[in-house]
Parts: sequence; C-alpha cells; structure tokens
Amino acid sequence: MSDSDADVIVVGAGIVGAACADACARAGLRVIVCEAAVIGGGATAAGMGHLTVMDDSEAQFALTHRSLGLWHALAPALPAAAEYTRCGTIWVAADGEEMEAAEAKHRYCADRGVVTEMLDGPALARHEPHLRPGLAGGVRVPGDAICYSPVAAAWLLERSGARVRHAAVRAIGGGRVECADGAVLRAPAIINACGADAARLTPGLPIRPRKGHLVITDRYPGLVRHELVELGYIKSAHSQDGGDSVAFNVQPRATGQLLFGSSRQFDARDAAVDHAILARMLRRCAAFMPALDDLLAIRTWTGFRAATPDSLPLIGPWPGDASVWLATGHEGLGITTALGTAELIAHHLAGAPTGLPVAPYLPARFEGVAGHAHHH
Amino acid sequence: MRITINGLPLDAAPGSTVAAAVAACGQPTRTSVTGEPRGPLCGMGICFECRVTINGRPHQRSCQIAVAEGMDIATAVPASPAPSPTTARSRDCSILIVGAGPAGLAAAASAAASGLAVTLVDDNPAPGGQIWRGANPPVAPGVEWLSQTRIVDAPAPGVLRATTPEGGCDLRYDKLILATGARERFLPFPGWTLPHVMGAGGLQAMAKGGLPIAGKRIVVAGTGPLLIAVAAWLRQHGAVIVALCDQTSWAAQLQFLARLPFAKVRQGIALAAALRGVPLWMNAWPVAAAPGAVTIQRAGRRPRTLACDYLACGFHLVPNIELAQLLGCATQDGFVVVNDRQQTTVPDVYCAGEPTGIGGVELAEVEGTLAGLAACDRINRPILTRPRGAGQREASGAEPPAKTGSACALASRREAYRGFARRLDTLCALRPELRSLARPDTLVCRCEDVTHARLASHRNWRDAKLHTRCGMGPCQGRICSAACESLFAWPPPPPRPPLSPVAMDGLASMANRD
Repeated sequence: MSDSDADVIVVGAGIVGAACADACARAGLRVIVCEAAVIGGGATAAGMGHLTVMDDSEAQFALTHRSLGLWHALAPALPAAAEYTRCGTIWVAADGEEMEAAEAKHRYCADRGVVTEMLDGPALARHEPHLRPGLAGGVRVPGDAICYSPVAAAWLLERSGARVRHAAVRAIGGGRVECADGAVLRAPAIINACGADAARLTPGLPIRPRKGHLVITDRYPGLVRHELVELGYIKSAHSQDGGDSVAFNVQPRATGQLLFGSSRQFDARDAAVDHAILARMLRRCAAFMPALDDLLAIRTWTGFRAATPDSLPLIGPWPGDASVWLATGHEGLGITTALGTAELIAHHLAGAPTGLPVAPYLPARFEGVAGHAHHH
Repeated sequence: MRITINGLPLDAAPGSTVAAAVAACGQPTRTSVTGEPRGPLCGMGICFECRVTINGRPHQRSCQIAVAEGMDIATAVPASPAPSPTTARSRDCSILIVGAGPAGLAAAASAAASGLAVTLVDDNPAPGGQIWRGANPPVAPGVEWLSQTRIVDAPAPGVLRATTPEGGCDLRYDKLILATGARERFLPFPGWTLPHVMGAGGLQAMAKGGLPIAGKRIVVAGTGPLLIAVAAWLRQHGAVIVALCDQTSWAAQLQFLARLPFAKVRQGIALAAALRGVPLWMNAWPVAAAPGAVTIQRAGRRPRTLACDYLACGFHLVPNIELAQLLGCATQDGFVVVNDRQQTTVPDVYCAGEPTGIGGVELAEVEGTLAGLAACDRINRPILTRPRGAGQREASGAEPPAKTGSACALASRREAYRGFARRLDTLCALRPELRSLARPDTLVCRCEDVTHARLASHRNWRDAKLHTRCGMGPCQGRICSAACESLFAWPPPPPRPPLSPVAMDGLASMANRD
C-alpha cells in the first residue's frame, strides 16, 4: 500500500487512535496511523486504565456502558501483559450525604440493567479492610475492570493491520496530512485522535488540557482488592469552575502494586510533578486509607486529559473541514470509552452498525465552533 | 546476635549487614517476579535485589541495614505492612554536601574551614563512600554529619527532601555540593541473575558487611581498575582468586599504564604484588554463569568453565547523576557539566567527583576541595589553567604538582587527573562482543524480569519501558538503563521523583508544608 491509497488516516496512536484504526480496518477501510512518539505514550500511558460505567449523564452512561461491554468481549483475546482484571469498583461513601449519592447510583444502574451492590459500613470494611474505620459504606460495581492501556493500544493497532508511520504531524485538512518530515499523506478521511493536543491540529476545538498526577507503589499484593474511588470524585471530576481538585482513588494493579490518584488542574501546562497538589492528593488518599502512609512510592508522573465543557467527548465530523473527523475530548474516560468511540467512528466512516446514539457526541453540538475555527 | 530469617533462628555477627547475614546462610534475599531466587548485586543500595521484610516492614534494602538483636527477617511481603516512622523534620544548612565519599569529605573539609555551617549527608551508615567503605575516614571537625540520609527529591528551589531512619527530612540549603559518586555498570549474560554473581564492588561491599569470603573461590571479571583493587582486597582477606579477567587487551593496558600518574604507579605496584600468582587473563570476559561456575571466553581461544563460589563482575562505572538531573543541571555525554569552580549550570549547585567524569579518588578529592572553596566564595580570582585536552603535561603523563592548597595549583592537579580520567574512559570502552552476550531469554531488567528478546524490537527506552515494564521496578532502571545504553544505544531516561522509593507520608508531606 502506498501513502496515497488509504481510506483513512488516524493521527495519534493512543488507545483511542488505535481503537479507531482497529474498528475502521474491521469495517473494511484501509488505514494509516501517524504517531510522533511512542504507541500509547500520551494520556494512555499516564492514565490509570480504569474500565468503568459512569452515570453523570445519559450520554455518558450509554458510551461507558457500551464500551465496557466491548472490553469484556475483547478480554479473552487480550495479551496477559494488557493486565485486564475484572476487579470491580467500589464507590466509597464517607458520610450520609455520600451514601445518598451511592443509593442514587445504585438505583440508576439497576434501572438500566447494570448490577451493583449497596455496602454498609461493615460490609465495606469486609471487602476492603485497609480503608479507615467509620466510613458510611458505598456501592460496589462488580462488572468494572482495569487494564494496562499502552499494551492494549499496541495490541489493537497490531490487530488492525494498519500501516504505522512514526512521524510528527504538522497540519491536517483538505484531505491532507502534512508530516513534520515534509511528507504529505492523502486520504478522504482524517481522524484527529490527539487527545489534549488535538486543538493544535484542529484550532478552535473546545478542549482544555486538564493535568493529573499519579503515584505508584512497590508491590503489596492483596492490600486492596477493588478499584476504590470516593464518591466526592464526581464533584472533583466534573467541576468546570477551574479550581484545582483532588480525590481519593486507588487501584490494585495485576503486579500487586497500588496506583493512587487523582488530581485535576486546568491551565497547568508544565508536565513536571507539582509537589503541592501531589501532597494534597496523597493526604486526601490517606484520609480514606491510613495504611497508605507506610507504603513505598516508587514513581510519580503527570498527564494531560482532554477536557470538554460538557464532559462528553467529541466524536464525529468536524464542521470546519469535510475531511476531518474527531475522536478526542474523552477527559478521564478515554481508556473505557475508546472502544465505543471507535464503533461510532466506524459507523460514521463505513456505515458499521452501532447501538449507540450518535448525536450527543457530535462536535457540532458546540454552537459556533466551526465558525470559530475559520477565524484561526 | 540472634536473628530469625523466615522463622529460622540464626546467629549473626554484630556489625554485619542484613544482606550479608542472609547471604551467609545461603538464602536468597528475594524471589523475582518470575520466581528466580536472587541475591544482592550492587551492595550499595541501588539494585534492590537485596530487599527483604524486616520486622514486618517490606522492601527494605538489606545491604544498607545492620543486624540488630531479635531482628525478624522475611523474604516475603506481609499482608499488612508494619508502620514506618513518621517524624517529619526540616533543617537549615548553609552548605549542604550530598555524598560522603572522597569528593564529599574533601568538600566538607575545605568548606568547613570557612566557618560556614556545613552539613554532609550520605545514605550509608558511615562516611567513606564505596572506596573507603569500612575504613571510617574522619569527617572534618565542625561538619554536621547525617548518616543513612537518602535524598529522594528536590521539591522546591533550595530544598532537598531526604528519608532517614526516623522519617522524612527537608534540607534547606544556600549552596549545594553534589558528590554522589558512581555505581558499577552491569551487562547481562546468561546466568548473571544467579545469586552467586555479584558486582565486583558489590561483593567487596558485601564482604565488608560481614559476608565470609575466607577460602571462597572467586572469579573476578569485567573491566576497569576496580577489578584489580577488589581482587587484591578479596585475596588479602583470604579468598582464592581463581582468575582475574579483563575484557581489554594487553596493548591497551600497556598504553594506559605507560602514562599513569606516579601516585597511581605506586598503587599499581602494590596491587600487582598483592595479586602475585593469580591467573590474569586479558581479552577475557564472562559468557555464562551457572550455579557454582562461570564460563570465560578469551579472544581466539575456546571458552573455559571455572568452578567458583562467587563471580565478582562489573564493567567499569556509571556516574550517579540523577540528583543533578532532577535539579536541572546540564549534562554532556552522561556527565554533569561544571565550570572551573565545579559550578553546575544551576546557580548555587556544585558537583565534584565521579559525576563529572570517572577519575578515581585523587580527582574526586581535588574537585571536592575546589567545590568546597568555591561554595563559600573563597576563590576570588579566575582560575588559570590550560584548556582541557591541550595541556602538554597531560600528553607527557608527568606527575601533577604537589598539593599546595591554592586554587590554581589544585586546578592544575585536576587537569592532570582529568587526563587520566579520559584515558581510563578509552581503556574501559566495551568491546563489541560484550553487546551480544545476552541471549533472547536472558533477563535485562532484573526488577521486572524482562528478557532481551522482548526489548530488542523497541525503538527507544520509553517505548520499551511502556510496553515491557523494563525499568518500572524499584531500582527505576538504574541497572537496566545502563545495560540498555550499551546493548541498544538507547539514551538513559531522565529521572523522576522520587529518586528512590519513599514512604507515602514522606511524599505527601514533602513540599509546601505550612
């Protein structure tokens, strides 16, 4: 295949780009993928790899629920190094108010056929004995899973059979992809799957980078059994007021290591570890899990989520250019929703079937974005 | 002294390290992630092969910890880790020196003479660094000495964060001198992860820590002057040196020896006397180890398998530049860039000794002395020396001028020894055969048990790390990134905080404390 005879060029080989390449190839399209650095080396590597059902909106629920089903179907084929583990999530309620939020989540999921289980304080302690005593309880979502997403991304890309060009991309549009090395690739469809960096290639996108910090420990097998997230996380994750926020989130990795998050900072452009917010984040975590203090941290890192104003991704045609399609803006849910996103993209480009609604994720929902783009 | 190892009561010699006590009873210190038994490799707290659970606290580096009465040592991780000390302190230092080897001790001595408050820290229990381990060299009077103080982060300008046996400690400084020394370079070959294979310096450190070596048969192999010093020391302490094998050629050695500074010639003669009768094989390198044996390849000959109790094996040294990098100091060719006052490119941060170039104890002391003087502004005039590499003295290999204490005289000595360092670098260049010792199934990353075959298809260090876990273990790639640089020409990764595993409460209280 020469550079000129691709049906679609995917720019960005994170989990979303790799999944799109895979879905397009399975729909019969010929695919080229451009990646400037490492496969799955951006937010895919920085994130936790939580595969989870979220219920902040019907559209978010639909996308996460469908995607999780696709992950479960994919799981038997994934390599062991993808560390797919169906550990389930417990949303931890600290007090009565958060218990009400847990109940609401439980009812919402039950109404839509997702199995969850309410836990009172003692039941929570039985599941996770290292949580602080006196917590109100929580809701357990046994179907949630975790994975190691760089390996999953590489595996999806490999399976797609797409041609991978290791080249930075300077510009896209008009059916052309201009690489930094001077090469020009042509295809009728170009998918911008560059995560928080997507607006560089498609100016005017309503995407703000939202920085996060993570810490991983040495191996402590069995200390934590579920992915644990405080219910206050939802307030942290979805506040759009721009303030920095932290929430307790821990994940038992397949290696026996524990991965701690999370922090959210708009307008932080520096990738260096911010010690003040890291300290805030760990103190928040220690408030839920006092045993954290005695664990050895071996590495910290940061990453940038691609946040949109309504916390929903941008999936579909870009009104500013008929050849440009978007698969970005997934904020903290890109690993979970990569497979649903890819299904939607294959639906748009090749008419592949999808059980998902199309409209909620269309970039055109943001009034004036394309017109705004023309001014750039 | 009574201790227990995995529940078995045992007598350990007071003063010995936990790692030596475990190794002395023939036990591995840990089981690797794929189930291999492992023992200590580096002997200096970098490789993490010696980590054990001590009194319920998992993942402790046992080569850095002395045995204590009643100590309960286990090679498995407990279900619930015991609490760690949580005292958080901070300390103000005018001049802070990191590393108490020759460079750090010399810097402390010259800076203390200025009357400023000088604090010297090291992660070892005693001063001396690796070369003077066990010799307990004196710390200059008036210098505050903090042992077992390991720098893990640089959370804010003018602050280093350390861990200590009592808990975390923030060290605030006006001037900082980095004297962080070097570690051994290890190259993977089949069998290099067996417990009887240690670093050359690693085995010496273990022996100084109490591992009995009298009567043990030891093969010393690899490259660099450290091998000779270690072989002589081991023999003086009763070991039988089966063979001393260096990958370099006689021709390269003779060329190097012909230009040795006089002080080094004297050392060389003493070492040669100590090694009389030991088979000395040049053009020789290890190709495989098996329990109780090592196979040595000599250029143009058939490989020979030698029975041994230990293989002490290292391929020269890698500078410890991670803290300098974390502070933002510029590096070139893997060494910290300094000016003629040992100043790095970061204001108020100086560097001396091996991180600026592997030159041995004399160069480290001279650089340390100069860094100490410079850090307290006692060098008022420009230091006049010939440009590097252009000096006739270096070309002649003549003896540097005697130590006079004046900055210019020190700088001349430094130039001469830097010439030695450059020739040493040339001498220790790895022969190409060493890059193909690893077989596809040979482990390269010992923390995560990643094989050569899994790495070989990747494009660079980060690609390999993200897709194989190479370098993701507690040593943070300190061992395998140097190996990958040799094997695949991948530049080593920049360090990330924490530089060394640290209890979470230390990380949480690290910076911006109210």
